[in-house]
Amino acid sequence: MRIAALILVRVAWLAPTLAGLVAIVFVISRVIPSDPVALLAGETASRAQIELLRQKLGLDRPLPRQLLDYYGQLARGDLGTSLFTTRAVWDDLSARLPATMELTIAAMILAVALGIPLGVVAALYRNRPTDHALRVVSVAGLALASFWLALMLQLFFAMDLRWLPLQARITGFPPPPITGFYVIDAVLEGNFKRLGDVFAHLILPAVTLAIPALATVVRFTRAGVLETLQRPFVTYQRAMGIPAGLIVWKYVLRNSLVSTVTQIGLLFGILLAGAVVIETVFQWPGIGAYAFEAILHSDYAAVMGFTVYAGVVFGIVNLIVDILHAVLDPRGTAA
Amino acid sequence: MACATCLTHGSDVATPGDKLLEVDHLCVTFATEAGAAKVLDGVNLTIRAGEIMGLVGESGCGKTTLANTILGILAGNARAEAGRVWFAGEDLFALPQRRMARDVRGRRITFIPQDPFGSFNPLFSVGAQTRELMKWKSPRRAPGEHQGLAGFFARYPRARRRADAEAIVQMLRSVQMPDPAATAGKLPHEFSGGQRQRLMIALALLPQPQLVIADEPTTALDVTIQAQILKLLKQLAKSRGISVLFTTHDLGTAYEICDRITVMYAGQEVESAPVADFFGRPQHPYTVRLLESLPRPGRELREIGGEIPRLIDPPSGCRFHPRCARASEICRKERPPATSLGGGHEVRCYHPVETPP
Repeated sequence: MRIAALILVRVAWLAPTLAGLVAIVFVISRVIPSDPVALLAGETASRAQIELLRQKLGLDRPLPRQLLDYYGQLARGDLGTSLFTTRAVWDDLSARLPATMELTIAAMILAVALGIPLGVVAALYRNRPTDHALRVVSVAGLALASFWLALMLQLFFAMDLRWLPLQARITGFPPPPITGFYVIDAVLEGNFKRLGDVFAHLILPAVTLAIPALATVVRFTRAGVLETLQRPFVTYQRAMGIPAGLIVWKYVLRNSLVSTVTQIGLLFGILLAGAVVIETVFQWPGIGAYAFEAILHSDYAAVMGFTVYAGVVFGIVNLIVDILHAVLDPRGTAA
Repeated sequence: MACATCLTHGSDVATPGDKLLEVDHLCVTFATEAGAAKVLDGVNLTIRAGEIMGLVGESGCGKTTLANTILGILAGNARAEAGRVWFAGEDLFALPQRRMARDVRGRRITFIPQDPFGSFNPLFSVGAQTRELMKWKSPRRAPGEHQGLAGFFARYPRARRRADAEAIVQMLRSVQMPDPAATAGKLPHEFSGGQRQRLMIALALLPQPQLVIADEPTTALDVTIQAQILKLLKQLAKSRGISVLFTTHDLGTAYEICDRITVMYAGQEVESAPVADFFGRPQHPYTVRLLESLPRPGRELREIGGEIPRLIDPPSGCRFHPRCARASEICRKERPPATSLGGGHEVRCYHPVETPP
């Protein structure tokens, strides 16, 4: 009941949030001194031809008017047409969505599944060598530029050692498209050789994408656990001889996660931003690489489409975070 | 194996009057940034079976440290430098950590915390937390039952779970929780402070311990609730023959509940006496001043001059000597030995107050 109300409120908020987000990105993309119409028309086009094309695309209208037009389009579920692929942005995005989802979810799983235990360990061994080592690693993970890290990993694991493929999602043909997630499709197909190939392709980009997120999860978990360890109920449980492992991994961890889970939700933003760079480096045919191309070409409709997608994903992730929060903390203070 | 058996069952047969707990010349030091703080300096304390012992002293005199040492949960920067804690004839310091956690803490010695608000985990229902305790500490738990992996994956046998559930409902009734059946499903914040402390008492008694350590259990409560909780604790402990170590800084509270009182000052015990003697003919100058600081009609309040000493660089000899009007040269040099005045009344002072004030 509480959770149903929570979902309703959040979904109702999604529309105004998206409208604001769209307005900001809309203005920014048009302020950039670059003329997509001239690019599109080509070098030989005359001034008159360019102006004609501009009128045809509706780009000669005042900016507020263009924004209103775009809102109208969105309300009809139309993301417009990409100037460069000349296909509907919606079709482009949905064709590339599974690739990005697969990559970000893999990175998220890595970051959370490793980050939370490492954060707990760092807190338990506070200011001891284990903690220091973890801190160095996590600061480095945040500080390293991900495109550089991606190149280094490619050089080492793909070029030098030849353990892993250099780029792309798969060798040869993809599995029969059922969900578009190659991992799932390969399992559904029952082709485990292909599954192995898909995993091999997934490892480097997912690890690169996960590292900054992992570092953040470790730090937040460590801080949360350290704070919780000071609470009186920990002393009480110790005094009553509850097994130490249970105190930490069940009782302390749950209390720590209440605050950490929010931060983990925010990480999805980092992951989306990271995907743009990493998909480009690894030739990963996802939405990030698409957005990268779109920005280079000032492909307005495509850039806006990516923005709306990112906004919706972020909204959904935050909704999930709120639900998790409500589940972890049954006191009802979350909503 | 023989030892494990005697640990869990052997000393349940202690007869009233037997020494149950004996703290012998305990010294505990805390490593702090400013240096080593001698928080306990040769503390002695004896609790007999079935007895409620009050441990009285100002904040910071070492009451909680003593309680934590007995429970074996001293902070990482604290160390017992000397002394022994004997419990039912066993040296607790010689017991391996694992055995201490499994067979003593929460089982033979239980704990009632000062803060019933923070001592429940706010995210788990009271029922879940009670079941967790009973899973590990039920008196029906067989000595050989498996601990699982760090406490996970351990089984809670069905028959025992059912018997434990029954015991829990009965105990909730004993501590006068209004609706025992509805209690389990609720979260801690849904209870009042007094109810939470009743629950804490229930949790402390459920494992059928021999000793309950109650660390200022009423300090956080309203005065009107305090009396109820004290009465309840005394009645339940007495009817079950459980010994209680009751720490408090409030002499009125100690008078209500205790059979005997030990006074601590700055990490040393200074006097120990049955309640009647304690209030009737206190011998140590500090005890006398402590009693004089109690409000009483027709008398002005007298505070104790001076301050509690710093424990990093404590006074030599009797630690009270800088604040004591009767102190002499020997008080500065050597800590007074315990002098017995009969009837279990002991005082550590070279110049005791002979006549009652």
